[in-house]
Amino acid sequence: MDNDCIVIGAGVVGAAIARELSRYDLKVAVLEKASDVCEGTSKANSGIVHAGFDAKPGTLKALYNVKGSLMMEQLSRELDFDYKRNGSLVLAFAPEDMDKLNELKDRGIKNGVKDIKILTGDEVKTMEPALSDDVYAALYAPTGGIVCPFGLTLALAENACVNGVSFVFSSEVENIEKTEDGFVVKTGTGEYHARTVINAAGVYADAIHNMVCEDKINITARKGEYCLYDKKVGNLVSSTIFRVPGAMGKGILVTPTVHGNLLIGPTAEDTDDKENVATTAEGIASVIKGGAVSLKSVPGKSVITSFAGLRAHSDKGDFIIGRTSVKGFYDAAGIESPGLSAAPAIGEAIAGMVSEDLGAGLKENFIATRKGIPNMAHADDETRKELIKQDERFATVVCRCELVTEGEIVNAITRPLGATTLDGVKRRTRAGMGRCQSGFCSPTVMGILARELDKPVTEITKHGKGSEFVTDHK
Amino acid sequence: MHKQIVIIGGGPAGLAAAVAAKDSGIDDIVVIERASSPGGILMQCIHNGFGLHTFKEELTGPEYAERFIRKAEERNIEILLSTFAIDITADKTVTCMSRDKGIFTIEADAIILAMGCRERPRGALNTPGYRPAGIYSAGTAQKLVNLEGKMPGSEVVILGSGDIGLIMARRMTLEGAKVKAVAEIMPYSGGLKRNIVQCLDDFSIPLLLSTTVVDIAGKDRVESVTLAKVDEKLNPIPGTEEVVKCDTLLLSCGLLPENELSQQMGVTLSPVTGGPVVDESLETSIEGVFAAGNVLHVHDLVDYVSEEASNAGAKAAEYVKGLSGKAGKGTGYKVETGNGVRYTVPTIIHPEKVSDLTTIRFRVGNVYKNPEICVYIGDRCVIRRKKMICAPGEMEQVVLKKDDIATLKDGETVKVLLENI
Amino acid sequence: MEKKTMTCINCPMGCQVTVEYELKDGKADPGSFVITGNTCPRGKTYAESEMTDPVRTVTGTVSVTGGELPVVSVKTDRPVPKDLVMDVADELMKIKAASPVKIGDIVAANICGTDANIVATSNVRVC
Repeated sequence: MDNDCIVIGAGVVGAAIARELSRYDLKVAVLEKASDVCEGTSKANSGIVHAGFDAKPGTLKALYNVKGSLMMEQLSRELDFDYKRNGSLVLAFAPEDMDKLNELKDRGIKNGVKDIKILTGDEVKTMEPALSDDVYAALYAPTGGIVCPFGLTLALAENACVNGVSFVFSSEVENIEKTEDGFVVKTGTGEYHARTVINAAGVYADAIHNMVCEDKINITARKGEYCLYDKKVGNLVSSTIFRVPGAMGKGILVTPTVHGNLLIGPTAEDTDDKENVATTAEGIASVIKGGAVSLKSVPGKSVITSFAGLRAHSDKGDFIIGRTSVKGFYDAAGIESPGLSAAPAIGEAIAGMVSEDLGAGLKENFIATRKGIPNMAHADDETRKELIKQDERFATVVCRCELVTEGEIVNAITRPLGATTLDGVKRRTRAGMGRCQSGFCSPTVMGILARELDKPVTEITKHGKGSEFVTDHK
Repeated sequence: MHKQIVIIGGGPAGLAAAVAAKDSGIDDIVVIERASSPGGILMQCIHNGFGLHTFKEELTGPEYAERFIRKAEERNIEILLSTFAIDITADKTVTCMSRDKGIFTIEADAIILAMGCRERPRGALNTPGYRPAGIYSAGTAQKLVNLEGKMPGSEVVILGSGDIGLIMARRMTLEGAKVKAVAEIMPYSGGLKRNIVQCLDDFSIPLLLSTTVVDIAGKDRVESVTLAKVDEKLNPIPGTEEVVKCDTLLLSCGLLPENELSQQMGVTLSPVTGGPVVDESLETSIEGVFAAGNVLHVHDLVDYVSEEASNAGAKAAEYVKGLSGKAGKGTGYKVETGNGVRYTVPTIIHPEKVSDLTTIRFRVGNVYKNPEICVYIGDRCVIRRKKMICAPGEMEQVVLKKDDIATLKDGETVKVLLENI
Repeated sequence: MEKKTMTCINCPMGCQVTVEYELKDGKADPGSFVITGNTCPRGKTYAESEMTDPVRTVTGTVSVTGGELPVVSVKTDRPVPKDLVMDVADELMKIKAASPVKIGDIVAANICGTDANIVATSNVRVC
């Protein structure tokens, strides 16, 4: 048997599971169909660490959300990713909304959310002057936070990698065969054997589950469109602003991101095509319209990009987590919101079950911490000087919008689970994520990737094979 | 380090400003340039048509740049290459970063902002669809083709008929690509007529006016775009959609002055131009800080960038020599826009500081036939000039005489407007 | 009577100038030109030259070997007949220049038999 565990999917949940499994004396591999970690739902979401008042008490969503949310701060220190506890507000616009608001508050108390309280309209407006004058009251949860979803996922995956987990990219799982003592997982790039398989395949978790289990599950891809705004308007609100929720989710939220942009979204529309991350005119319009309900005015001119992500919505309405009808096969499926918040706790829980079932003990040499890529933009001058002294490439600015240097980009490419694509560099360093959206730096980043990976620039891609940028023409 | 004049940017504006400041008697000048050679965006603008006003001959971008690089060299002007200005404070301390020098600061008596502009990205247009490889701003494609010898694609649709888009339509065609269409959301092109004829008509490339991209297909690489006609409010008209197969979409949808550093130091920006608010001396809201070229407002001709920047260089030199600035600088008189005029540069005039002639550059908001460009000082019309046509794509200018400006009385303004429209 | 319509490039008006003409030996006979649609005399001059001798300066790049950049920008040192623009562009793709290249260097002479030379418009230093 090659592996003790195969994790399918290198999104935030797969990465969290891999990282927690790497604490144990187990041989773990992660199979990912994309060319990098964090290429699916994990890269296109709200980046919110929910306080935990939304999920119904007793559900897995509630359980893992609250647990995960409590783990996030320490995890951010251990693994060096951006996280901020900025608090969240759920807005009510009329006296009729108060029942719902009180219900959320009660849920929050039952779920163990700390310091949650209801504020009057005036209190809310003092706190967040940019909010609509129509705000009647709001539920305030000071423990709500925001996180960089790429930073979190990459940190977990890198740490797993350093602790011995192998990651296999561009390997879509085609079939899983149960054998006497485990599983054979067939992918486009080869067969992998393992005693256990953990399904963290996001919107495809139903397909993976149904390859193995008789009791079928169904995951619907629910598209969410967002608009991202320039840092100039990043401080329009300081908390994450929700509205009293409806049937399809929490509605359009308005939030600062950990990097200081303003984010508005998501819409919620079910789609049959699980690759459909196209934005639509209607979607963008309803994001703006939704934002306009909460805000006095939406800073329309400052939009720098729009994007769409797919939530993995289970018919059951709750997360599907843990052991299944087939021994050795575990699910982490139906992970929609608050999945990002819950991921660390899901990872811990699954790793706990798997290690218990396999009788694995903890490793002695587990490395619990990870240092992220140096960040020239936020470093003080002393740190900057020190970095340049170590490597003068930290003095060459490549992305002028986000002040990302060649040193940071080279670090992103050459570190464990390094970037191999332009999108990979972007998620790790923010090069190309600023207001010019890579117009200026993309040719340079392509050149650095080609040099560091020792490939011709014609083979450099946006996000894997088929997304090449340029050809030779002479 | 201390310098009398620090110029941020070594493109056409920065070089012209440096040359003029030197010729005005200031020796202690440094130009900060982030690229490894001076010249700025001109180095990738390899087409011809530059310099007709300045040199009375038609040059390509690199040749035009070379003329100014040589002028700077002849004057021994110091240009710090591969050096990035990362911060400027209101007291005119510039923090720079380079491989040779690491992080260092320069205290300046005067600063000339000449950072140029950048392209409006796709996000600002909020075009729906996927985000595959194959979507480039026209300038990025220009850099790839002209400086790196790489082709961004073989079947191309261009959104936006600004000059860079038109130039790239021809460039891609000459390099063997098929340019299927240039779509322009407005009912008129923002590009020069000459470019429409010589870059599109010459190669039978259709220019589709009142047309935009409403969808982009292709998950990995662009596979097609959907074009649709728009109504007067620029909203797509249902039923007019047309799918055009292509592997590349170039965006040429306008330029934005690049004022991150200006904002960091607290310079007041104009919401219309996106550039600093300046007076007749091209001095910003911070004393001793000047601006010129595309960082101030987006130009269509580099000749006017050079001219404007020369003026800024000369004025900065005067400031350093103590001939202007602190003493005697009143609040000045406002330059206001009237009928048809979208903005002016400058927006403030200090009569005590003006030279014999003061150029006011402006753009109109629409296409106007047979307008009269008028300038009123108070209620006195001092300029009335008939034009056959004014269009938003072509910058206009009027030149005011010192004597006329001297007649300004308290409470009066200078007003630039179109009549007979 | 033949007819050709073109856009005048002299100003933003972009007059649609129409030239009606007779063919003589398969070519447009300048003596027969009837030019309409122009607003000013420049439009007439433009239409005449576009009818009798349309020419363009071609700009592009050629490959450079051993340089700090893979290509160098070039132009024809005089305008070439409009009909030959694509031929010149195709020729440019075949030319290889050796670095260093300096502004004004002739990288190819008498391109496509036009008497125009291909000259460098930028400098490429040796890598």
